[in-house]
Amino acid sequence: MAFEGLTSRLQNVFGKLRGRGKLTEDDVNEAMREVRLALLEADVNFKVVKDFIAKVKEKAVGQEVLKSFTPAMVVIDIVNKELTELMGGTQSKLAKSNKPPTVVLMAGLQGAGKTTLTGKLANLLKSQNHKPLLVAGDIYRPAAIKQLEVLGGQIGVPVFTLGDQVSPVEIAKQGVQKAKDEGLDYVLIDTAGRLQIDEALMEEIKNIHDAVDPDEVLLVVDAMTGQEAVNVAQSFHEKLELTGVVLTKLDGDTRGGAALSVKAVTGCPIKFASTGEKIDQLEAFHPDRMASRILGMGDMLSLIEKA
Amino acid sequence: AKTRSVLTDRVAELFTRRQKIDEAFFEELEEILIGADVGVNTVMELIDDLRTEVKKRKIDQPSELQPILSEKLMDMLRGTGEETGIRMNPDGITVILFVGVNGVGKTTTIGKLAWRFKQQGKSVLLAAGDTFRAGAIEQLEVWGQRVGVDVIKQEAGSDPAAVMYDAVQEAKRRNVDVLICDTAGRLQNKVNLMEELAKIHRVIQREIPGAPHETLLVLDAATGQNALQQAKLFGEKSGVTGLVLTKLDGTAKGGIVIAIRHEMSLPVKFVGLGEKMDDLQEFDAEQFVHALFAGLAGAIEENEEN
Ligand SMILES: Nc1nc2c(ncn2[C@@H]2O[C@H](COP(=O)(O)OP(=O)(O)OP(=O)(O)O)[C@@H](O)[C@H]2O)c(=O)[nH]1
Ligand SMILES: Nc1nc2c(ncn2[C@@H]2O[C@H](COP(=O)(O)OP(=O)(O)OP(=O)(O)O)[C@@H](O)[C@H]2O)c(=O)[nH]1
Ligand SMILES: [Mg+2]
Ligand SMILES: [Mg+2]
Repeated sequence: MAFEGLTSRLQNVFGKLRGRGKLTEDDVNEAMREVRLALLEADVNFKVVKDFIAKVKEKAVGQEVLKSFTPAMVVIDIVNKELTELMGGTQSKLAKSNKPPTVVLMAGLQGAGKTTLTGKLANLLKSQNHKPLLVAGDIYRPAAIKQLEVLGGQIGVPVFTLGDQVSPVEIAKQGVQKAKDEGLDYVLIDTAGRLQIDEALMEEIKNIHDAVDPDEVLLVVDAMTGQEAVNVAQSFHEKLELTGVVLTKLDGDTRGGAALSVKAVTGCPIKFASTGEKIDQLEAFHPDRMASRILGMGDMLSLIEKA
Repeated sequence: AKTRSVLTDRVAELFTRRQKIDEAFFEELEEILIGADVGVNTVMELIDDLRTEVKKRKIDQPSELQPILSEKLMDMLRGTGEETGIRMNPDGITVILFVGVNGVGKTTTIGKLAWRFKQQGKSVLLAAGDTFRAGAIEQLEVWGQRVGVDVIKQEAGSDPAAVMYDAVQEAKRRNVDVLICDTAGRLQNKVNLMEELAKIHRVIQREIPGAPHETLLVLDAATGQNALQQAKLFGEKSGVTGLVLTKLDGTAKGGIVIAIRHEMSLPVKFVGLGEKMDDLQEFDAEQFVHALFAGLAGAIEENEEN
């Protein structure tokens, strides 16, 4: 069905060729078509797929795929390595300013998981003996402040709010000041979800950014996002100069090709994976695991056996 | 209506500007449809169909193909054409249950829909069935105040099925026209949470035979292929009767509903176009397809500029 892993796809391509001797460039082309489909089914943006395929094909033709007895394995190996590399090394540390407090700004579309992540990061920081402050910068969504207050209450981290009648820029500024005054070393600013084409709200977050000069600007992206991920990442990056990305809802069964799209567009490290609704469900991001996931390669071993 | 004719013109222009139907044409078309998140399999099927039509009807002008493509897409979306609007209970309370993954817009859509019913002069009651997420009950209460509708709730952390039971009793006691039930967001692969949903569904059904009259699955337009999986599994556990496609005020096209409609014949009932209470519209297949093409025109222009 829809989510046929890359392994079985390539198996089909190369299986047909068994016993026919040497592979031709056409065979490699057919394999690349399968790689392309696998990536598209995983929601990698079609433009990103195009560039990726061009690169992989070059390598595949250059290497011993044509001569190999296990061409599927060679292709998978190339694809897998290339994907892993593209998604960057492991890096799950938040920035740390040498002039505390370190200011972290959240950004992203509506419902991506920003507020939940803000709580999770505070929880993580607290467990590392930091003293975080949560700042309630979403004055629009009904009960957004309440949501952050509940999360703060659960983990015993203070929440700074000025209600929903003061501008988020002012709230952010005063929040940072408060952290300074009270010797808190991290300020996590929650913001309202916004569409990247909403000029007024994009200008607002830019103003927040300029007012507090954050050390870390995190784009929070729902792992189920489809082709749109590229547009979102591009616009937020242009506006805010992102420093990192967090993928949320990775506890689902999505392939998560958005990870590749966002990385390709922004070049920013994917710093964390959010894997649940509970406050401690935050993990380091592993590019290699993500690559297998995007390719649907749980069945890697079976291929080696069959090959 | 003005924007609509502009879009139509752009599409028409695009299809006439292209000189012939060749591989490059199909390739671009495929990319655009995939770019709109139309399901990958569905796109491949569509393109194959179009190739066949081109041969059969000996079409060589893109302009002749355009109406065929539009028609195919609209046919897929329209289905039998009988399912628009909410299916109301003719003799008693109409119960509408909202389900979906996290953060797609369930609670917001409930607020908007309640407002819609109010404007039609109907009495409405809301059930705060998300007892899990921080601030979820308060969020629904704010919506209740905004649109002037009462909310039945219990404490955070209580059993959602018990909230539903209460809400149904209260709805009966007040003899309201419509009861709309919110539920916590849940990912379709979480077995326990999906069982909880099945239980909620059973409780409602037991208290009012024939209810819920609609179970609406809310999908975020920015969601990719995973939406198919959502439709499948929520369909099995909670008998989904229709879809709501939210956040169409962005640039995401929500094309995956075409695949869902195609593979599971679930109709799209409403679209969400913003965060305010008026930002809900009945689904219009024609308008939806035109919006898909808006991207088509844009992207190909971009290609040609390069
Ligand atoms: N399963 C799962 N759910 C998550 C995860 N992160 C967040 N959520 C849920 O996703 C929904 C939206 O999360 P929020 O934190 O409110 O998202 P937001 O970006 O702040 O939303 P807005 O403020 O409305 O833009 C909630 O139901 C969260 O519980 C995750 O990693 N996994
Ligand atoms: N732009 C836009 N935003 C929307 C739309 N519908 C909902 N939202 C926003 O999306 C975010 C999530 O909406 P909710 O209604 O809380 O979503 P939910 O499905 O109830 O979320 P959970 O209960 O956490 O699973 C909020 O910020 C809403 O304001 C829409 O049609 N357009
Ligand atoms: Mg939020
Ligand atoms: Mg909700």
